Amino acid sequence: MEKTAHQQHPISTYLSIWLLLFVLSTFSYLVDFFHVEGTMRWFLILLFMFLKAGLIISVFMHMKWERLAMRSAILLPPLALLVFVALMVIESNYVSGSRATAFTPVSFVAHE
Amino acid sequence: MSDRLELSDAVASGEGWQGMVSDWSADRETFKDVSWGKAMMWVFLLSDTFIFGSFLIGYMSARMSTVVPWPIPSEVFALNIGGTDFPLILIAIMTFILISSSGTMAMAVNYGYQRNRKRTAVLMFLTAALGLSFVGLQAFEWTKLIVEEGVRPWSNPMGAPQFGSIFFMITGFHGLHVSIGVIYLTVVAAKVWRGDFDRRGSYEGVEIAGLYWHFVDLVWVFIFAFFYLW
Repeated sequence: MEKTAHQQHPISTYLSIWLLLFVLSTFSYLVDFFHVEGTMRWFLILLFMFLKAGLIISVFMHMKWERLAMRSAILLPPLALLVFVALMVIESNYVSGSRATAFTPVSFVAHE
Repeated sequence: MSDRLELSDAVASGEGWQGMVSDWSADRETFKDVSWGKAMMWVFLLSDTFIFGSFLIGYMSARMSTVVPWPIPSEVFALNIGGTDFPLILIAIMTFILISSSGTMAMAVNYGYQRNRKRTAVLMFLTAALGLSFVGLQAFEWTKLIVEEGVRPWSNPMGAPQFGSIFFMITGFHGLHVSIGVIYLTVVAAKVWRGDFDRRGSYEGVEIAGLYWHFVDLVWVFIFAFFYLW
């Protein structure tokens, strides 16, 4: 049989990743609890988010034990979303600019 | 006899439906060591990534372009316990529940590799139970937001009106995924318990269900960071 069909890891691998995810989640919660603001806040939120996502994908979803053909087929396409993000950042800046110049936002908050 | 000749013509030329089908089903494989079921789950999750990605980008566009202040999630989702306001406490509990369910699922997959029928089934049922409690807490959160805070998809008392529609859309779609996952896991766990996978000689169904469940947890990591903490 193929080697990956029988992949086995000691249970401690999963328990340690689980613990690590708990700690990282606590950290990201503490960012909010202690009101960390500004660039540091965005940096910490993104750091803990990417660390958690990386651990889940690579260990829990076993991606790090897959072959490169599989890893690249699944992990590369989402990078296209970054282009989408960049386009929408430009668009949103334009929209908020024209709203600021053309509208007064008094009636925006609708009534109950 | 003549049918066979026509078929081989179609296969060789690649024309017509038969030719196309033979091209797609020829004896080639890209993903070695990965069964079609697992590969297709990955492809489905990839497509789901784009759906949630687009939702989050839509949220980013709305929040960046609004001229009305965005409600502060830390305050909107605070919970008063014993006279003290805890910011985001319910969301934090939901996060820990979902991460725990991912941990039990990962261990279920591992016991599946070892063909340990009972432990696999028990851990999967436990995963489903944790998923169900997540959905329960989400229902509580939605009720509180709708009834007490007066948040609607078109307006809310705290600020930018898009807050409601985006909150209900993104967490609703994620909650739907969790709910479907609970049903999916329960069905697979029952099959494990019944011994279906022992008869089939492979516990791969557990691994495929696990991929789906971990993805649900993964999406929550991004929602937690971008919607609740940002």
